[in-house]
Amino acid sequence: MGNNLISVNNVSVNFDYQENFISKKQKIHAVNNINIKIQKGSFFGLVGESGSGKTTLGRAILGANKISSGNVIFHDDERDYDLTNMNKQDLKEYRKKAQLIFQDPYAALSPRMTVRDIIAEPLEVMKITNSRQETDERVRDIAAKCRLNIEHLRRFPHAFSGGQRQRISIARALVSNPKFIVADESVAALDVSIQADILNLLKQLQTELNLTYLFISHDLSVVAHVCDVVAVMYLGHIVEMGPSRQLFKNPKHSYTKALLSSIPSIDPEKRSEAIELKGEIPSALHPPPGCVFRTRCPNPGIDCKGGEIKMGLTEVEPGHWVDQCCAL
Amino acid sequence: MSHLLEVKNLDVKFDTDEGRITAVENISLSVDQGEVLGIVGESGSGKSVTAKSIMKLNPGNTSYNEDAEIILDNENVLQFTSKQDLKKIRGGKVSMIFQEPMASFAPAIKIGAQMVEQLLIHKKINKDEAKSISINMLKRVGIADAEKRFNQYAFELSGGMRQRAMIAMALSTMPKLLLADEPTTALDVTIQAQVINLIKDIIKEYQMGVIFITHDLGVIAQVADHVAVMYLGSVVEKGPVNEILKNPKHPYTKGLLQALPDINNLDAPLSPIPGNIPSPLDRPTGCVFRTRCPHHNPEGKDGKIEMKLIEVEPGHWVDQCGIKCGQNG
Ligand SMILES: Nc1ncnc2c1ncn2[C@@H]1O[C@H](COP(=O)(O)OP(=O)(O)OP(=O)(O)O)[C@@H](O)[C@H]1O
Ligand SMILES: Nc1ncnc2c1ncn2[C@@H]1O[C@H](COP(=O)(O)OP(=O)(O)OP(=O)(O)O)[C@@H](O)[C@H]1O
Ligand code: SF4
Ligand code: SF4
Ligand SMILES: [Mg+2]
Ligand SMILES: [Mg+2]
Repeated sequence: MGNNLISVNNVSVNFDYQENFISKKQKIHAVNNINIKIQKGSFFGLVGESGSGKTTLGRAILGANKISSGNVIFHDDERDYDLTNMNKQDLKEYRKKAQLIFQDPYAALSPRMTVRDIIAEPLEVMKITNSRQETDERVRDIAAKCRLNIEHLRRFPHAFSGGQRQRISIARALVSNPKFIVADESVAALDVSIQADILNLLKQLQTELNLTYLFISHDLSVVAHVCDVVAVMYLGHIVEMGPSRQLFKNPKHSYTKALLSSIPSIDPEKRSEAIELKGEIPSALHPPPGCVFRTRCPNPGIDCKGGEIKMGLTEVEPGHWVDQCCAL
Repeated sequence: MSHLLEVKNLDVKFDTDEGRITAVENISLSVDQGEVLGIVGESGSGKSVTAKSIMKLNPGNTSYNEDAEIILDNENVLQFTSKQDLKKIRGGKVSMIFQEPMASFAPAIKIGAQMVEQLLIHKKINKDEAKSISINMLKRVGIADAEKRFNQYAFELSGGMRQRAMIAMALSTMPKLLLADEPTTALDVTIQAQVINLIKDIIKEYQMGVIFITHDLGVIAQVADHVAVMYLGSVVEKGPVNEILKNPKHPYTKGLLQALPDINNLDAPLSPIPGNIPSPLDRPTGCVFRTRCPHHNPEGKDGKIEMKLIEVEPGHWVDQCGIKCGQNG
């Protein structure tokens, strides 16, 4: 598959939902018919509002969520892994190659373990190293790359600031020498200065260690700064996707436009240029038929109102895909 | 004209097991009617503590300095001790809204019942009047089916709706001063834009004064008339929003702006402020920012320069750093 590390093909993830035990079972359509290719060495951004399915898709790619239909292929150097069709051995190997960095640097770290033990744990659980000495070496090596010093390794996580804790989580995710990292809101809980530090670190590690990222965030300014490709999700669908500069400069879909205009500008003279979206995101239990955005779209066409338009991406310029509605 | 609110030389200290913490030191701020004062600063800089002082909501381990004054409507709030007086600043003349609306609502009481109860405490009106004021306020903040929502519990509403309901409750008593502590931080951007516009409309309509706390400089740029930048319990710079964001003087304000990803300037590198915020237990003497400041001179570094705001342009105050430390980089 040439330059791609990950291919997501027609992936949907549904969850069963039952309000109480007498009511009938319903389906939550968390992720619908997603197609993405993540190139080796790319910083792939996934943006969208709360509940749009970002985490669900990220977890599906990590093999941590059941995929209801479609498949995900991980193209390793020697072979492909089909996530919907892996035996135990494959799964074990895949776990080393694909890792998650959590959002909350406070909740993610066990308070009773030293930093050294926290970082070493994946090596021990996955039986990657053969001796304590080897483990220590790898821990020290990755800690240094994440700018933690040997002093730090002996301490407990409560003694650290938010930024340092996030560096500990990153070191832990990277210690097994993965190729692919899902960073799910990894800077959302941090102050801007610490955020800048962590984003720079992720970038630097990417080149140093040949990493490919799926970077999930609801902060478009952050995504615009670090990602080279971006996909915009709304209610389980990708509505627009493309090279990030192109997409941010020339958004096509009504939702992307509204989302971009809602970012509070840091210039006090540019006030309230937001395209105000009425109402809220519909429930994933009952997504509107046709275009999922039509209940909030500021300027729907006649066809879209009736729900006759089918969702589906069209390529409008090389690599820039837009849900067919507004693009046409 | 005297200000609606004037905070003068406020220190707030907490007694803890590890010692006495200075959470806020020597802060002076003012808010006029119809004006929004934004307070911005990183986590732990003392934003919430400052706001809570105005309602005397800080817990029992708090001490204020004797020469501090918080003058609201010509009365010093810090002297208030009677129930009657405290009522005035807790839901009477002052209301507060939070990041997490569930903090404002008791989980087991319907939204309407809470609004009515609050109104009956603060206004001389009967239950029916209180009900109609409440429903009108819910409508005013853009809640569809206000009559229905009136009879629901907070947890039954979506995040954005809950935020609106909280704003409605805070405004129903017609406070003169609204304290908004990160009211949009937990919201999605499109909902945040709605709530910001709502708050701005309401301020204009009712001419209240507002303190708007956030760590987001973009939100500040959108809502505030004046801004105070806080670091480790001190205001290091304050002034008109345009001045502060376009012509920042203090190294900390500049640092915050340089760390911020700006979607309109994607080529700008993200530059973190070096080092970490010291613990409030080891608050630096002299200039609080000196352990992280890229510009300090030896005098500043040794802590020999006292914190003191100096007016550099009309209404634009900066800690004397730039002047005394000499390297206003
Ligand atoms: N384990 C689950 N069981 C049932 N529903 C789920 C589960 N996980 C997610 N969902 C639902 O799937 C939808 C997508 O959720 P998801 O967490 O992927 O969104 P998100 O984009 O990551 O949102 P956020 O920005 O809030 O993290 C939501 O409607 C959510 O309620
Ligand atoms: N009751 C208390 N007892 C002891 N210390 C406290 C208390 N309340 C606040 N503090 C400390 O006072 C300092 C200022 O806290 P404050 O909550 O005002 O910060 P903030 O600027 O609102 O931060 P954030 O952005 O995280 O909300 C912090 O160091 C905090 O730990
Ligand atoms: S298909 Fe229609 S409703 Fe949907 S986003 Fe496009 S214009 Fe709006
Ligand atoms: S006083 Fe000196 S150390 Fe402090 S902020 Fe100013 S220049 Fe920096
Ligand atoms: Mg998520
Ligand atoms: Mg706070």
